[in-house]
Amino acid sequence: MTRPVCVLIPLFVAACASGGAVERPGSAPAPDAPPGAISRPNADPFPSTYAPPAARPTVIRNVVIHTAAGPRIPSGAILLRDGKVAAIGATVDAPADAVVIDGRGRHVTPGLIDTHSHLGVYSAPGGPALSDGNEATAPVTAHVWAEHSVWPQDPQFPRLVAGGTTTIQVLPGSANLIGGRSVTLKVVPSRSVQGMKFPGAPYGLKMACGENPKRVYASRGPSTRMGNVAGYRAAWIGAERYRRQWDGWLEKRAGDPPARDLNNETLAEVLRGNILVHNHCYRADEMLQMIDIAKEFGYAIRSFHHGVEAYKIADVLAREGISASIWSDWGAFKMESLDGIKANVGLTHAAGARAVVHSDDPSYAQRLNQEAAKSLAAARAAGLAISEDEALRWITINPAWALGVDEQVGSLEVGKHADVVLWSGDPFSVYTRADMVWVDGVVRFDRADPAQRWRTDFELGYVPTAGGDR
Amino acid sequence: MPIRTAVPAVALAAALLVPAGFASAQAIAITGGTVHPVSGPPIENATVVIENGRIIAIGTGIAVPAGARRIDARGKWVTPGFINAATSLGLSEGGGPSFSGGYNDASARGADGIAASFAAWRGVNPVNTLIIPARREGVTSVVVAPSGGMIGGTAGLIDLVDATSASAMLRRAPTAMVGNFASPGSGQTGARAELWARWQALFADVRDYAARRAAYEAGATRDLGARRADLEALVPVVRGELPLLLTVNRASDILAALAFAREEGIRLWIEGGAEAWQVATAIAEAGVPVFTGAMSNIPGGFDALGQRQENAAMLRAAGVTVVLVGNGPGDPESFNVRNIRQEAGNAVAYGMAWGDALRAITLAPAEVLGVADRVGSLQVGRDANLVIWSGDPFEFASVAEQVFVQGRTFDTPSRQELLTERYRTLPPDYRGP
Repeated sequence: MTRPVCVLIPLFVAACASGGAVERPGSAPAPDAPPGAISRPNADPFPSTYAPPAARPTVIRNVVIHTAAGPRIPSGAILLRDGKVAAIGATVDAPADAVVIDGRGRHVTPGLIDTHSHLGVYSAPGGPALSDGNEATAPVTAHVWAEHSVWPQDPQFPRLVAGGTTTIQVLPGSANLIGGRSVTLKVVPSRSVQGMKFPGAPYGLKMACGENPKRVYASRGPSTRMGNVAGYRAAWIGAERYRRQWDGWLEKRAGDPPARDLNNETLAEVLRGNILVHNHCYRADEMLQMIDIAKEFGYAIRSFHHGVEAYKIADVLAREGISASIWSDWGAFKMESLDGIKANVGLTHAAGARAVVHSDDPSYAQRLNQEAAKSLAAARAAGLAISEDEALRWITINPAWALGVDEQVGSLEVGKHADVVLWSGDPFSVYTRADMVWVDGVVRFDRADPAQRWRTDFELGYVPTAGGDR
Repeated sequence: MPIRTAVPAVALAAALLVPAGFASAQAIAITGGTVHPVSGPPIENATVVIENGRIIAIGTGIAVPAGARRIDARGKWVTPGFINAATSLGLSEGGGPSFSGGYNDASARGADGIAASFAAWRGVNPVNTLIIPARREGVTSVVVAPSGGMIGGTAGLIDLVDATSASAMLRRAPTAMVGNFASPGSGQTGARAELWARWQALFADVRDYAARRAAYEAGATRDLGARRADLEALVPVVRGELPLLLTVNRASDILAALAFAREEGIRLWIEGGAEAWQVATAIAEAGVPVFTGAMSNIPGGFDALGQRQENAAMLRAAGVTVVLVGNGPGDPESFNVRNIRQEAGNAVAYGMAWGDALRAITLAPAEVLGVADRVGSLQVGRDANLVIWSGDPFEFASVAEQVFVQGRTFDTPSRQELLTERYRTLPPDYRGP
């Protein structure tokens, strides 16, 4: 890696030290404690089993490279080896056994990243049997984990990677004040969700403001925005007590440990800084209140999601270091989204905040490049001078940061994961399509080779292959 | 999309009450642009002259009339205004009253899933704030259609002019009766074979009603399968005068719909048609147009397992008349009616010729809707619904620099533009920690 992970992301301190499973400070279990015997806040009970298969080194040359880490390389080359970006520049040395691709007339970007996906938890073909995204049985369900709903055979996964999207955060829905843990996935075929989990990625916590929770719980409460806020605060008060009890016990390890509670276990991990908060919130005034709640309880909001009014508080988001995961052009579908504007991304970016173009939609997520292009055009129409290199960050390194994986993915730099898209042309053109997509150096989509295309179990015998092209 | 300076509230209110533009008697000459008439090949360095809301001259070597206002369009592209033929524009904002508190007038209550007499376009709010953004990006006409039910009601075509009433925007209505055969098989819709039997019985009742109105009025008929107003609205459908625009997706359902239309002698249009590419030849032979998009490939139901982005291009290649509409993501029917150009661009990316894609959002819908003598192409005598683009209209970077509807341009800023302008630099009251 270009920079040591351990310096910049405290979450990975122990990982760097041990090179093994993620363990965090102050929480190492006693060496003789059997697994599951005590609450282990950093335990990883459903560990990632994802390991990319071996692949030949690959060189793409004579290609425009958009690195998302600096200015584009007008005619460059990139070497993918052992799952990583091994070299990048005007030219690279191709190993003897390398697959060499002439990218003349084409463009390369990092694999695109979507901070807001419900793939696998709201799988196609849809219907009640596959509606697994909202545990709408109580307003606070921090005990549920999105990964336990993810169906790896959701036929939307291969369509995503065909659009150049290689990393996604799958979130619970927004029915609840606190909806549960998210999971970050590589978009790869697997029999299990564990086989898709992005190794070492921190968990996220889904929270939701506004209309959705108060509508869903109107009869039992909360039924108002003030009820929503009381609900968040009550949850954090309980979580803070739990964290104190457990941290105190973990320090001394004397006597019986406190009782485990899955809900508070997740919330306590947020308070310890180990789980990142992703907060569905449309209105500016509500986002500002959520920032105060975070300060009251000492946690950080990593990203506001949907944030159709992010542009109204972009200066605050910049100052507080909170990213905004927002649509290019959605709004007015409910009252709290009335003020959606196409310049949202541009104005947020221009104020110095981290802007992220997200999807919340299985089709938009296949065209994040087009979504960024619309936002770029709207920003320029609003008089903002933003380059394509900057706009690319909205769908690459900025979402990588929001997910806490920006040291591994999101830009093309030596040592980072070889998640790469070869585009048929300018990625900001409507006519451009992904020609090839690599995840960790492995070809996961090749437009020219339909026979090898990833088809989920569900698609076999159900979804026709005629034409060999999606 | 140039950002206008925010106008005072009083001026804005006034602008909403009267047309901001006007069909000037003064001629307008758009010179030097590359004109795409759609009815013929592109014309480089062409002049288009507009007067009294109409195109009075088009081509090269045309003298600019004395006193005409000149618009220099060198380096620009000139196209007909786009027609988005599947919208609910003007019918909703802020989500429905029970859902969120806004308004939504797209679905009638009807009776037993039948609301044939519901003319959705009558509910268009002419000051709906999503109309101007659609026009800003080159959409000059839209079909306003009802949604929901077995028969949702009738659709109408409106022009996106500033007006105080829906009827002042109307170009043609009804354009079609809107029906639905998507995702049958639930308790609410009934099973497939039951549904077709229901359609047949209903149409028999409509014929019965039409043939024996006096007896019906005298109460001397058996019970008929719909309310009187709905029976009446369906009479032109069973007579083959008013098309049935049927949402139908599964390939075998499409074939069944073609057979039904043949047996009943009705005019059929297909909307959605997720698997239409699998039966493209049959659709072409039946002369049935398909309203579909190019941005959907999710097998989002067992009647759409074959959904793919090449659908529109494959239908076109088979000789089917394709009307490109947004039937995919991103609220293409309301907030993003403007994204019809993205739909067209994606159709090109997935195999359609550029000229066919332009046609599919201009002249093709005009022909299908029966208004090609007025809009959809740039020809002498046609209404001046046209757009001057900074570049290829399907590309995101291109801007609709001037949009003419019936020869008028419009200065009223959209609500979205007003918000953008307000927050481009924070107002003093909003500054601070």
